[in-house]
Amino acid sequence: MTQEQYRHYPDEKGHFGQYGGRYVAETLMPALLELEAAFTRFVPDPGFQEELTVMLNTYAGRPTPLYYAKRLSDRMGGAAIYLKREDLLHTGAHKINNTLGQALLAKKMGKTKIIAETGAGQHGVATATAAAYFGMECKVFMGVEDIGRQAPNVKRMELLGATVEPVESGTGTLKDAMNEAMRYWVSAIRDTFYVIGSVAGPHPYPAMVRAFQVVIGEETRRQVMEKCGRIPDLLVACVGGGSNAMGLFYPFLHDDVAIMGVEAAGTGIHTGKHAATLTAGSTGVLHGSKSYLLQDAQGQIMEAHSISAGLDYPGVGPEHALLKDLGRITYMSVEDNEALEAFGTLCRVEGIIPALESSHAVYCAMQEAKKRKPEEIIVVNLSGRGDKDLGIVAGVDEIRGK
Amino acid sequence: MTRIEKTFEKLAAANEKALVAFVTAGDPDPALSIDIISSMIENGVDILELGVPFSDPTADGPVIQRSSARALKNGMNLGKVCGMVGAIRKKFTDVPVIVFSYYNPIYAYGIEKFYRDFVSAGADGVLVVDLPPEESEEMTGQWTGDPLPLIRLVAPTTPDDRMKRIARVSDGFIYMVSKTGVTGSDGLDAAESSGQVERLKEMTRLPVCVGFGISTPADVTQVARVADGVVIGSAFERTIEDNMDDPALAKRLGRQTSDYKAATRMK
Repeated sequence: MTQEQYRHYPDEKGHFGQYGGRYVAETLMPALLELEAAFTRFVPDPGFQEELTVMLNTYAGRPTPLYYAKRLSDRMGGAAIYLKREDLLHTGAHKINNTLGQALLAKKMGKTKIIAETGAGQHGVATATAAAYFGMECKVFMGVEDIGRQAPNVKRMELLGATVEPVESGTGTLKDAMNEAMRYWVSAIRDTFYVIGSVAGPHPYPAMVRAFQVVIGEETRRQVMEKCGRIPDLLVACVGGGSNAMGLFYPFLHDDVAIMGVEAAGTGIHTGKHAATLTAGSTGVLHGSKSYLLQDAQGQIMEAHSISAGLDYPGVGPEHALLKDLGRITYMSVEDNEALEAFGTLCRVEGIIPALESSHAVYCAMQEAKKRKPEEIIVVNLSGRGDKDLGIVAGVDEIRGK
Repeated sequence: MTRIEKTFEKLAAANEKALVAFVTAGDPDPALSIDIISSMIENGVDILELGVPFSDPTADGPVIQRSSARALKNGMNLGKVCGMVGAIRKKFTDVPVIVFSYYNPIYAYGIEKFYRDFVSAGADGVLVVDLPPEESEEMTGQWTGDPLPLIRLVAPTTPDDRMKRIARVSDGFIYMVSKTGVTGSDGLDAAESSGQVERLKEMTRLPVCVGFGISTPADVTQVARVADGVVIGSAFERTIEDNMDDPALAKRLGRQTSDYKAATRMK
């Protein structure tokens, strides 16, 4: 396979190699076909792109800076670490890129109601924001476990006019929120648009969410060329479902650059309490697509664990599964306490409070920087800010920033 | 002639419609589950849909979600479901048994092994909720030998041209979902679904069974007027859930079955 071919997915049936597809109940199939047709028709249109760009630039806060973290780099004593500051976006994470895109598409399709699932609450807040912007009705499904650990985001969604639907079934986390959103969508299929927050779910979602997130990588490319005159040596991003990672990586897939996706190792892969789907999972079908999953030998889905609610998901986007198999991206995992260490370091050394999700990527970049020469360039996607995590961090005795 | 074909032929001769019953395998526990199913078959179930429990049943409402969770907690898995199919087949030689599952448990079990084991256990078909025609070839393509019909679904959202394509690849019978929503949703709109049943019946010679939202004998009568079979699931599971401590639980489900069955006899 030549490198150029990495960008030829998905195929016309929504498959990324053996992954992806549309494994859904018949009631949803016509809606997915309608969505695919609308996505193909509207999104490439220059008028749509212009409208979206204006929203992203004047409302969401794009372009985001590519920041040279000099003090952090000096401390590691190796490669130069650059942070793509998605944390500076309106609502505090990269999620808004996608929700504004999907809500605009929903408007073009004549849908007046939108629903979403959320884990950490960032996608829920970003969807509620987009709904307020477009004057749409919005319902967000959220596991009771996550409602407990992400209370500020629940309040935010409510202030923005959304209804938060607590999901008690299963483990009360992101996967159950997604189950419930799919159940609700089946009942409200005719007038409701489902805004999925990651590059997961049935086709066309993985391709569509990617299309709305590649702005991260495209901007990064322009910015790094301006600042450094060349493309980076390494890209790093955290991977839960994988949307911020795909957004940064996709425009670089055929370049000569190393790429690392960082999963959540929770309390350690060996403890079984983790969310490292690509590192420790196996192939299966969940939430409408085939990919790697955390599952038992019987195909029952297992609970994921991570200190960060946004990575706490037993599946992963199908394109990541393919890129892992092809060897294009290296996936590794970082434990809770390592992410907390990076969190503390970034706070004190750079004055930036990162989301716990993004802290996983920061930790990986810090370790990589140590091994690399000063002239090398690492770009980390700082996908979100950590305000939402203060409650969790306050419960940890000591943040070991080094 | 297959067991499914024989069943519908026999029912037609008697001027009856098929009572299709869905039960989660192993709910509330494997032994009682066999007693419940036996009692239901003895009291008039024409076709059994044996549900394979799954941790994330996205097409099911709370009642079947809970039944699935109970069965999983008691150690049910696809291998044991296969054992149950064998046990039911031994006891009831003529009743068609359809394995009703999400795709992931089958995928994890192994598509070919699933086919081999369930054909030899005496299963008559399989219905995979989240495997639309667009994806089903990867499963049926690996099945060579004795036929194991894949029961296809048609939904209220399925447009006629798509319905025609589904009818063309269907086998056994067609399961028509009567309403948008998950299983166990309240309220049956028989008028809305009957139009679609009639259109579907013009496209196929296969029997059409209608399910979702059917919970009373009166519902059964209404649906049986137009359809060849009536599917009931959540109503049975609700009885199991509400009467878990009843030592005569199996008998209770038998009585419920005969009430529904009576409503399938056309006058």
